[in-house]
Amino acid sequence: MFKNVLTTVLIWLTALIVSGVFVWLLSDIVIHGLPRLSWAFLAEAPKNAGRSGGIGPIIISTLSILLVAMVTATPLSLATAVLLSEFTENDSVIGRLVRRSLDVLAGVPSIVFGLFGNAFFCIYLGLGFSILSGGLTLACMVLPILIRTAEEGLQATPDDYRLAAAALGMSRSATLVHLLLPSAAPALIAGLMLGVGRAVAETAALIFTSGYVDRMPDSLLDSGRALSVHIYDLSMNVAGGDTNAYSSALMLILLLLIINSIAMSLAKQWLHRDIVLYE
Amino acid sequence: MSLSLADKQLAALLWGCALLAAALVLLVLLFLFKESWPVLQHIALIRFFNDTSWHPVDGLYKLTPMLSATFYSTLGAVMLAAPLGIASALFSRYYAPSFLAGCYRRLIELLAGIPSVVYGFWGLTTLAPLIGRLHPPGVSLLTGILVLTLMILPTIALTADAALAAVPAAYLRGAASLGLSRWGLISGVTLPAARPGVTAGIMLAAGRAIGETMAVLMVAGNVVQQPHSLYDSVRTLTANIALEMAYATGDHRAALFVSGLALMCVVLLLVGMAELMSQERRHV
Repeated sequence: MFKNVLTTVLIWLTALIVSGVFVWLLSDIVIHGLPRLSWAFLAEAPKNAGRSGGIGPIIISTLSILLVAMVTATPLSLATAVLLSEFTENDSVIGRLVRRSLDVLAGVPSIVFGLFGNAFFCIYLGLGFSILSGGLTLACMVLPILIRTAEEGLQATPDDYRLAAAALGMSRSATLVHLLLPSAAPALIAGLMLGVGRAVAETAALIFTSGYVDRMPDSLLDSGRALSVHIYDLSMNVAGGDTNAYSSALMLILLLLIINSIAMSLAKQWLHRDIVLYE
Repeated sequence: MSLSLADKQLAALLWGCALLAAALVLLVLLFLFKESWPVLQHIALIRFFNDTSWHPVDGLYKLTPMLSATFYSTLGAVMLAAPLGIASALFSRYYAPSFLAGCYRRLIELLAGIPSVVYGFWGLTTLAPLIGRLHPPGVSLLTGILVLTLMILPTIALTADAALAAVPAAYLRGAASLGLSRWGLISGVTLPAARPGVTAGIMLAAGRAIGETMAVLMVAGNVVQQPHSLYDSVRTLTANIALEMAYATGDHRAALFVSGLALMCVVLLLVGMAELMSQERRHV
């Protein structure tokens, strides 16, 4: 009896402490970051190594890196997921091999991706420190998440769809395009957003691939500083950069929240969409 | 069923993409090897452990201070985060009223998504000065452990929560019919049943802690030294790579790739162990 009461108290206490610390963290960033956050801050270029001015070019660089990463990773991951769930048996040797190697890739630390990206994209392929190198490195990083979620989404579609389509004499490709992909769309989009979230949050893989330069990038081959790298640089290398770092951190968290809520609402809309067969 | 021509073409395209995706991990390993080869070729591995210090410019490559910093910070973070994370999962599953459980789970999910650089920044501006007041300089192994704990706690809590949810309801009904108390039910029935899943989650979290760069880089002080107390500044293996890659050339750069390779091996070992655990669970 005593043990029961004691553990109940301890577990409530843990929950209280954990939520307390997290509320502390979030409120700290909101309180310090909110006063500086304005449209001007979002649009202006950083001045004086980022101590004053805004984060305009940094947002543009971040979005370009994301765009490169997602444009590369999405088709590749979708194709792999379709192959794994629709064109191979679940326990085939090759399917297991592909899955296992993706599990391994998912476990690779981000700094190791940074090393790889630097050696492969920047130097071996000669892309240099550029948005393209950074985006491609992130694409490698988010690939396992995208494939895993897309595969789960496809596998969750009812087998009735496949059987009905086969009975109607539809080709596999037509089944895929008209039935399976639309009905798996919520899961696909949710997975995509998970990947975007992970990519936005990444710092270590970008320092040696997309670089540090904080001016407006001219092209994808230009170096660009991501928002997370900006926060790191302001807090570690720039004395007196803390206020702008707080605002950038708040912006980063807001960006992640926006991405998440878009994913949620899209998923809901798709869920209510009826599947239409085109003639 | 035989495939139509269009389907065969599609299948070929899909195979191409899948093999590319699967080969990526080999490409990563290949390039890590290629870049570390200059050093591996003419320096015995043992020198990474028994050189006198880490002065790569002078050809001294002792990695043990960084290795022990990584080891201690991961160990500390897992020891703190595992009980807290499991307790969090128990809270939202068995103790909290349902609306509170939902809120709490949402909060944990939110935290799982917060970027590591934000954790590091908060640790540097808020936690480090607090600890510095207790025992200067503040940026220390302890701060690193605390920030890492916050970072991996959501991982442990969410995986433990999923493992607890997968415990068959019949077990719970059986325990209830025997008149077990709530803690009796948890300690005697659900935790043992969920153990493989919980352990796998802890392994994954440990892998994340070892591989984490930014958060520890920002709060641990980055002095290359063997830590003697929790208040010592330390530099982890990942932080070392991030700090020195910017200017490293030649053998120095190759040595950093060697440490990247070592990191990858350790993390892969942990992922493999987590995989084994979850397979064990499937067979039970």
